[in-house]
Amino acid sequence: MRLTLIAAATLALVACGDKQQTSAGVKSDAPGFESVTGPGNVYNAPGWKAGDKTAWEQQLKTRTQAGQNEYNRVK
Amino acid sequence: MARMKFVCDAERCIECNSCVTACKNENEVPWGVNRRRVVTLNDGVPGEKSISVACMHCSDAPCMAVCPVNCFYRTEEGVVLHDKDVCIGCGYCSYACPFGAPQFPSKGTFGVRGKMDKCTFCAGGPEAHGSQAEFEKYGRNRLAEGKLPACAEQCSTKALIGGDGDVVADIFRNRVVQRGKGAEVWGWGTAYGSKQAGQPPANGVKS
Repeated sequence: MRLTLIAAATLALVACGDKQQTSAGVKSDAPGFESVTGPGNVYNAPGWKAGDKTAWEQQLKTRTQAGQNEYNRVK
Repeated sequence: MARMKFVCDAERCIECNSCVTACKNENEVPWGVNRRRVVTLNDGVPGEKSISVACMHCSDAPCMAVCPVNCFYRTEEGVVLHDKDVCIGCGYCSYACPFGAPQFPSKGTFGVRGKMDKCTFCAGGPEAHGSQAEFEKYGRNRLAEGKLPACAEQCSTKALIGGDGDVVADIFRNRVVQRGKGAEVWGWGTAYGSKQAGQPPANGVKS
């Protein structure tokens, strides 16, 4: 009887405890070249293949030069 | 690949604020938050200069150093991002940032300060690329779509350049050589850790 009371009290007090506060830290983020998957990938810029790091980097460099360097555009 | 960088050319910025509008529209930034702003010095005085300012994705980011919950992280491409699930909205980053990049939306009945919001270089956050959760918290992830930040891509005078640091520097260098002046970039030394960069020429002949 005594043991049952102690066990019941312990169980009842568990509910009063704090939630565990272990920090999950910063979530890992997938690299950009892994691209958007699923229905959203229709917005991907053409000219490179998702998952190909070199192609992705080249795509960004080409896009910067083509879109933001007007000296290239007026040649 | 070098790190992703922004540069704003004060010789070209015409204070049209379209970068601000593009950012707000692309990322559906909440009311009261401006991830990007145009700052004009000597407004109305002949020779006034404007620059478009947002998070400069610093190489040695002070926000990252002061965050008590370590919510910031840097991507492989050098973009400084943060995790809103970890942020507690304390505002320390706001005091540390020399560019005023961290913004805090007012939420709730008493206008309580929400979690920090800032420019993501259109690279979203830690959620899956292009996911609804990522969009709702951080906005569009254009980088993962092979695109560049909307603000820089739509700048009509090409004052704001954004992309791979090497390419950005190449474009800017070529521009300075062509026009023969305006080599100083405000904020560059602060953001990128160079004491020399962003300073006017020693002889003060041009610009």
